[in-house]
Amino acid sequence: MSQILGLYNYWVVVLLMMAGFYNVIARGNLIKKLIGLNIFQTSVFLLYISMGKVEGGTAPIVAEGVATYSNPLPHVLILTAIVVGIATTSVGLSLVIRIREAYDTIEEDEIQQLDEGP
Amino acid sequence: MIAAHLPILQIILPLLAAPICVLIRPQKLVWPFVLIVSWATLGLAAMMLNQVLLSGPISYALGGWEAPWGIEYRVDLLNAFVIFLVALIGAVVLIYAPESVKREIDDDRRSYFYAAFLLCLTGLLGICVTGDAFNVFVFLEISSLSTYGLISLGRDRRALTAAYNYLILGTIGATFILIGIGLMYMMTGTLNMADLASRLQGVNHTRTIQVAFAFLSVGLTLKLALFPLHIWLPNAYTYAPSVVTAFVAATATKVSVYVFLRFVFTIFGADFAFGTMHIDYLLLPLAIAGIFVASAVAIYQSNLKKLLAYSSVAQIGYIMLGISFGSITGLTAGIVHLFNHALMKGALFLAVGSIFLRVNSVQLDDLSGLGKRMPVTSFALVLGGLGLIGVPLTVGFISKWYLLLAAIEAGWWPVAVLVLISSLLALVYIWRFVETAYFRPVPDDAPPVSEAPLLMQIPMWLLIALAIGLGVQTSSTIGTAQRAALWLLSGAP
Repeated sequence: MSQILGLYNYWVVVLLMMAGFYNVIARGNLIKKLIGLNIFQTSVFLLYISMGKVEGGTAPIVAEGVATYSNPLPHVLILTAIVVGIATTSVGLSLVIRIREAYDTIEEDEIQQLDEGP
Repeated sequence: MIAAHLPILQIILPLLAAPICVLIRPQKLVWPFVLIVSWATLGLAAMMLNQVLLSGPISYALGGWEAPWGIEYRVDLLNAFVIFLVALIGAVVLIYAPESVKREIDDDRRSYFYAAFLLCLTGLLGICVTGDAFNVFVFLEISSLSTYGLISLGRDRRALTAAYNYLILGTIGATFILIGIGLMYMMTGTLNMADLASRLQGVNHTRTIQVAFAFLSVGLTLKLALFPLHIWLPNAYTYAPSVVTAFVAATATKVSVYVFLRFVFTIFGADFAFGTMHIDYLLLPLAIAGIFVASAVAIYQSNLKKLLAYSSVAQIGYIMLGISFGSITGLTAGIVHLFNHALMKGALFLAVGSIFLRVNSVQLDDLSGLGKRMPVTSFALVLGGLGLIGVPLTVGFISKWYLLLAAIEAGWWPVAVLVLISSLLALVYIWRFVETAYFRPVPDDAPPVSEAPLLMQIPMWLLIALAIGLGVQTSSTIGTAQRAALWLLSGAP
């Protein structure tokens, strides 16, 4: 039972990760793919944030009467990763805009058809 | 003063120069500025390589924060060698850039092109120089994001979809690497590579570390385009502007191979990777399959750039094959081929860029009789091609020779035979160009073309000269690679 309840945030991570990954692979719409990619990345953020939690620990600010703090390092790391994720999304979306200008569609199969020609 | 801060100066210089590119008016001055920056970076890389050769590894505490708390930049022979390679290719390709860029990239985008180019260089150098696992991820994303932008600058609209697909797959790869690093941090509480290496010894029987190893391996093989995770590569190389193709083909995958070596050998250790996880069972068949499938596909391409792109996938197979032996000779072969392939492919893609500049096409059908129309460039392409086949007196021969030695040393005769057979496939795809260029008549309606301008010829011949010269005078590259291989296998951080 503790395997399931005690580690519930890791189960959420796995669930989100698979949902996102499935979307990236299965969707033909370029925007939906990017959304999937975002969910996939977010799950990793959650993984990092979960591992920084120390049982009974508070926020890592020095205060009287507190001995245990959560580990702030993974949180800081993931701030960097969030920034990277935003950059990736914006580059991806701007590519989608230009693809739409060039092809007039953002469906993968239609783009493939247009490229291979009649 | 400079000598003490070499590792960080490598990164700072192109990083700070990148935004300045966009600000410089008039635009004419952007290229000279970028050229100076890239050659200065090359100078710093050469100084650092020299320092490492003379006095051993350099450890640099970023911002004065001592490792393992701060980020440590750690340079040993292997990464000093790769840094020098990347800086060299960057500097050489930039000489070539202005003429080609004028033809292939719109006026108003040129300064952005140079800025992205410098950012890509920053990222690639940063990946090599850092001794911090998380820092690798950050620099990996800096270089990847700028590469997506660079690829999308191609004139063909397929460049956009190629960049998009690379973005999706590259991000998945990078995220896998991020997961792997996170799981390692979870078990050890450190991100410093040397520190990780020593602390992993105690916990590497756990499932968490084994999963971390799996995530890192898959993520990195995606980034370095090992078959069958190479699908992003052919289109990205084919539709990117010529300069970008030459630079990215010669550096990006090679740097990923370096990261793979660093994680597998320095952090996890050969005993764990080969003894416990048996990564060779996975790498060896995939490398051989990659060599054969990609070479066979290359034979049927009608686009010269795509042909060479598939050949790149095959050549990465050779590099990974060398690594999969896990022996000193095998690793030497892998590292030497990493260097050699960068030189050859750099030169070949530069030659293809020159052809595109003059003939306005890289379809083999349009290149009939090119040997008469552009004799110098065609000859350079043939010389580079001979290197890919592995003809003696070219660098390609040296790599194949060591690969064969490693296979025989391990007692894997079938592998040695397969390597020899696969060279014949390379012969066939290079022959397709030779036949088109030299044995087909020039079409009557072909407009007369001249050779590429001198600024494009010099870098191309420089790389060709290196690819031949280092094939004749082999001691420097082989010696460095051997020492790097010994270093990796000794398990020293």
